[in-house]
Amino acid sequence: MSSNLAAPPATPANGFDPGPLRNAARWHRAEYAFWVLPVLAYFVFAENLSLLSQIAIAALFCLSLDLILGYAGIVSLGHAAFFGVGAYTAGLLAKHGWGDPLLGLGAAAAIAAATGFITSFLVLRGSDLTRLMVTLGVAVMFYEAANKLTAFTGGVDGLQGVEVKPIFGVFGFDLYGKTAYWYSLIVLFIMFCLARRLVHSPFGLSLRGIRQNLTRMPAIGAPVNGRLVAAYTIGAAYAGVAGALLTQTTQFVSLDVLSFSRSAELLLILVLGGTGRLYGALIGTMVFMTAHHFLSGINPQYWQFWLGAALVLVVLFARDGIMGMLQRLHAAGRKAP
Amino acid sequence: MSTVLETRNLSKRFGGFFASSNVSLDIKQGARHALIGPNGAGKTTLINLLTGFLEPTSGEVFLKGDNVTRLSQHQRVKRGLVRTFQINRLFAEMTVLESVTLSVCERMGLGWKWWRPVGAHTAAIDEAAELLSTLRLLDVAHAPTRSLAYGRQRMIEIALALAAKPEVLLLDEPAAGVPTDESRGLFETIARLPREVTILLIEHDMDLVFRFAERISVLVGGALLTEDVPEVIARDPRVREVYLGTSLDD
Amino acid sequence: MTVIFDGIASGLLLFLISVGLSVTLGLMNFVNLAHGSFAMFGGYICVILLNRHGVPFLAALPVVTLASALAGVVLERTLYRRLYGASHLDQVLFSIGLVFMSISVAHYFFGAQQQPLQLPPMLSGQFNLPGLDIGVYRLFLIVVGLLIAIALQWMIARTRFGAQLRAAVDNPRAARGLGIDVDRVFVLTFALGSALAGLGGALGVEMLGLDPEFPVKYIVYFLIVVAVGGSGNIKGSLYASLIIGICDVAGKYYVPQIGAFVIYAVMVATLIFRPQGLFGRGAAK
Repeated sequence: MSSNLAAPPATPANGFDPGPLRNAARWHRAEYAFWVLPVLAYFVFAENLSLLSQIAIAALFCLSLDLILGYAGIVSLGHAAFFGVGAYTAGLLAKHGWGDPLLGLGAAAAIAAATGFITSFLVLRGSDLTRLMVTLGVAVMFYEAANKLTAFTGGVDGLQGVEVKPIFGVFGFDLYGKTAYWYSLIVLFIMFCLARRLVHSPFGLSLRGIRQNLTRMPAIGAPVNGRLVAAYTIGAAYAGVAGALLTQTTQFVSLDVLSFSRSAELLLILVLGGTGRLYGALIGTMVFMTAHHFLSGINPQYWQFWLGAALVLVVLFARDGIMGMLQRLHAAGRKAP
Repeated sequence: MSTVLETRNLSKRFGGFFASSNVSLDIKQGARHALIGPNGAGKTTLINLLTGFLEPTSGEVFLKGDNVTRLSQHQRVKRGLVRTFQINRLFAEMTVLESVTLSVCERMGLGWKWWRPVGAHTAAIDEAAELLSTLRLLDVAHAPTRSLAYGRQRMIEIALALAAKPEVLLLDEPAAGVPTDESRGLFETIARLPREVTILLIEHDMDLVFRFAERISVLVGGALLTEDVPEVIARDPRVREVYLGTSLDD
Repeated sequence: MTVIFDGIASGLLLFLISVGLSVTLGLMNFVNLAHGSFAMFGGYICVILLNRHGVPFLAALPVVTLASALAGVVLERTLYRRLYGASHLDQVLFSIGLVFMSISVAHYFFGAQQQPLQLPPMLSGQFNLPGLDIGVYRLFLIVVGLLIAIALQWMIARTRFGAQLRAAVDNPRAARGLGIDVDRVFVLTFALGSALAGLGGALGVEMLGLDPEFPVKYIVYFLIVVAVGGSGNIKGSLYASLIIGICDVAGKYYVPQIGAFVIYAVMVATLIFRPQGLFGRGAAK
């Protein structure tokens, strides 16, 4: 992935080693190990493939929010808007005969990106609160629109008759969800690698700069608005792809792809996992979805209660989420003999 | 020598209050120019107007002969007009090297590059490291900015500006909050900057101002009171009156 | 005409519930998305009192108000105050957590179904004027809503507490310097806001319904009131509530296919073009 970086850094004459920054983008051993997990999961949890696909899709969705919140620092309570746009785009295409999955993904990404681009101008200015309310407002407008345009979307009954063709015309979606899982996982992995490149690039560094000190960035010559628009658009495209994956793997679009609770839950997953780290989004989703699956199986109300309680506790005591705790454990482990 | 930065009748009104009124400045290439005046004289407002942080109510700003009044902050930076802030505006979670590299990358126009990692842009990193070395910050290059003492953070504030390779550098009280013994070193660093860099300085410490500046403008109540070489300013009774109670000679 | 009348009634109801949210946001700079949970709390207390204990509706209302105020004080002291300095994002997450907990608690005790509420005979029914059907309960809502709005306005403008509140909203630090016990003002305001939300929730059972999803279902409406009215602005909240109430009822009546769309658009537009609200003090940009 980053072989061009593997060469030992040239050490300047004064003995200074820029290595830590030069090699910051190299893959860590733990990362390779991490990506073995979903492959193992395929064999270990072979009866739960649909859950695993859901996790992969939700992880991609969460990743998209991390790009705009964790890196660019734009808070959003309406990210489901883009997920929903992607889901309906893929669904409508497949319903009307263009059932090729990759075409669906591409179209969903493009339309969600366009939507993100247009709405990004609404979130450029304003406090966190304004942004929260604007994004929420935009998302409820989309929800309301999809709800009322029953002729296109099926309204509350959802979009029926989505027929997805085999991938490359070869790999059909099977009853066990094998294709669906590999498809979702591979798309997630590719999108993750792209995102990983992006956040380690100068562009990604400038996004971090914007989040850490918005007012300094123009003073070092960075066009802040342009960067924010770009980040928001990319985040929207990612969300759109996630939405399209959900449509294609379930062959159905339900109205709640656009719901407020989907946006709120997403924000919560990301914060539980830890923002601005990419893996926080992935691990947060894995933990959340797994817990959801097992606990809500016992009783949906208990689940919601403990979820709420967890959120309150995280905000009060562990603001940097699971990844933050892991990193602190790791640091403590190093210090200990 | 040619004029590099000029303002014509620059005014800024907040409600009924003029924070700047009719300021016309003319700063020559390579100048070591100081802007002094009592608290609330509108010094920082003027810097904000020069850099585009604020929009003037009326008047114009010229940079190297071009009217930049309508340009945004980052466009002015691209044309060589760079500032520091009175209160540090740093990237607290980044390491020192990362934040200076960020500034270098923006100057090199790499800010939109998203494929190759920062680490692969070796020219940017090397330049950042070199800058840190001249500012004697190399030993903390990999430390997070927030972990440093205030005096060193103040140096990073300047490093971020220098990384943008300014032609005109506006320093807004660079020594504010820095212990006296460290502020000397800080000013030595500023004094060592090459002559190609024109410097406009706001500073409260008159000792430092008179040692450093070759021309001084005095701002009172948003308006320019006078401008001259330090010797003349020091003798000017009007300036003494403004600074009533503070001696300019010590 | 009837539409406007019903709109005013639902607008005043909205005002009762949202004014507390607006004031906590304006005063404490706290985004309390769980505000609807207090309204729901009031609604359930009211239902319990009426249906299980046979308390008359009008007698139940003061009890509901007090209980909600008490709940507000307890939560403010134990949890909310810890987050006054936190970022808005943290506050949002925290209050969403509370919303989830309140939903599941409501589920646990009352189930998912809508709660029935039997209004006393003197408040039900309607009388007809030419061109105008007046529901007695709607009329009652309007009277109560207006009385409370006037009382609030009087309290803010004339009483000592009101003066302290205004000072604290304008500049908490200066208010502290003047010897105002800002902490106490915070608690009392929070209690007041919760009390009104609870009362609104109780009064609203008949119009808005009551089920565990209540806090999520209506949160957007409460936020719209704050956005359009301007945070911390009581008169603004009143006007905004009335406009939204009327538009909402009229919209659903005349152009059901557009539904709530217009209101959301108004909210977004307001946030972009007049962030201080339609009725805010002239923006000091």
